[in-house]
Amino acid sequence: MAERTQKQKQAPSRNEEEVVDAPASTATGEKLKAELDDLLDEIDDVLETNAEDFVKSYVQKGGQ
Amino acid sequence: MAIPKVCGIETEYGIMVRGADNNPVTASSLLINSYLTAHTRQRVSRIGWDYEDEHPGNDARGFSLDDALAPEIETHLVNAVLTNGARYYVDHAHPEISTPECRDAREVVAFDRGAEEIIRLSMIAARQMLPDGAEILCHKNNSDGKGNSYGCHENYLLSRDTPFGRIVAQITPHFVTRQVVVGAGKVGCELPGTTADDVPFQISQRADFFEEEVGLETTLKRPIVNTRDEPHCDASKYRRLHVIVGDANMSEVATYLKVGATAIVLAMIEDDVLGDDLVLANPVSAIRAISHDPSLQRAVLLRSGRRATAMEIQWALLERARKYERSHGLDAVGDDVGADVLRRWEAVLAGLERDPDSVADTVDWVAKRRLVTGMAERHGLRPGDARLKALDLQYHDMRADKCLAQRVGLQTITDPADVQAAVAQPPVTTRAYFRGRCLQKWPTDIVAANWDSLVFDVGRDPLRRVPMMEPLRGTAEHVASLIDDSDTAAELLARLGA
Repeated sequence: MAERTQKQKQAPSRNEEEVVDAPASTATGEKLKAELDDLLDEIDDVLETNAEDFVKSYVQKGGQ
Repeated sequence: MAIPKVCGIETEYGIMVRGADNNPVTASSLLINSYLTAHTRQRVSRIGWDYEDEHPGNDARGFSLDDALAPEIETHLVNAVLTNGARYYVDHAHPEISTPECRDAREVVAFDRGAEEIIRLSMIAARQMLPDGAEILCHKNNSDGKGNSYGCHENYLLSRDTPFGRIVAQITPHFVTRQVVVGAGKVGCELPGTTADDVPFQISQRADFFEEEVGLETTLKRPIVNTRDEPHCDASKYRRLHVIVGDANMSEVATYLKVGATAIVLAMIEDDVLGDDLVLANPVSAIRAISHDPSLQRAVLLRSGRRATAMEIQWALLERARKYERSHGLDAVGDDVGADVLRRWEAVLAGLERDPDSVADTVDWVAKRRLVTGMAERHGLRPGDARLKALDLQYHDMRADKCLAQRVGLQTITDPADVQAAVAQPPVTTRAYFRGRCLQKWPTDIVAANWDSLVFDVGRDPLRRVPMMEPLRGTAEHVASLIDDSDTAAELLARLGA
């Protein structure tokens, strides 16, 4: 663990503005969760209706 | 100095037919022929592939197995060259698109996205040829979840002077660990004896299928470093590293980083600045151990006796790449693209370390895991549930209205106009320009094509073969006006002195 932290510090970060140091706030976390919920609602609608059959019939020949 | 890292991607798509006979070879042929008929001026398979210089059995370690290997290429199958300089063909039992040769990772992304569009157009066109209600479905993935895998290969130009042993030793740590950045994610595990409870989700589609450190095979006992020595150009000057260890990515940034970072690491190896201290003790077990641990905590043994996590190895490679940028520049991979790749590579590593979900907009395995976890929690699904496997498959679905990757908010780095252009126009930066422009202008005069030649039939004997042994000649800068000013192929050939 100590080594990981050290590595991270060693890594040069020229574009610090890209890197958010603070962990995601609770508000951000809730927003992400709401987004995920919306996404899952949407996905429930487009998912293959019979997942079991779809997965079972998805057989490929090996390639490279 | 490292030579320009001309590069490309070759993707085998998963294919299935619904509502009609599900023969993958027939379906792949139908798919490609439908596209050629609907969207090109080529008569179907009119322009054949010229196999004269193909030797998939040549081994970079210095011997040839052409006669010992099962035939890699079945010549009766559909095999077309497109006006964007790409090759679209049936390989084994899959439709495959090889992008044209590109000068940098950004171009590769545009042509890889162009290839996805070609697949979509092909699926739509194929419906006209199938019985009512039947359709061909394609997936840009690498596994059926039942132990069958198919590839997304990369290729990079290297100098023949770079010792192959050095390439093998020094690129392997990157090939084993880059999956934390560019893995496409997979529900479950395909190693015999491993259950969904053991490995409910893993980082890479492909890691389960690698059994050797180095070798010539691509379909069995797959090696982490593939030794196929087919430079498709002047073999006395160049190698072309054929990389079979990657996942097909849905995220544009992932494709960009996969090709961009690998090109930089290869340039460092060519300039001999990377060193051997990251060499792994057991690459095959390491690639699986890392893939099976989405917590990113598992350390693997280095030959030096030290242990390191994939993240630590990736940070070390990035750090060395920064140093290389300062000492040598990144001209070999394109200066601007190279600098941008380093910046994004670092942002992904920092994000993975801080909170993996923060890079769900760039890293495929993280985006997919977020969906899988959310779905499992919402419906109380156990590892191994078919609905989770269906979600995994559908992440890669090439139908625009079904593709889950298109809905998860992945960042894009291409301009839609560039993707549209990449469907039919060649890159201007490599010999693919000459190939593509000639096919656009004189499709009926070209009887065969290959990566390193075009064969013209202009009505007089003999056929004229135009060799293209230099990947960076035949660019727009070299030949645009020559092609523009020639009304006929015969005129072009006369000007070329062919």
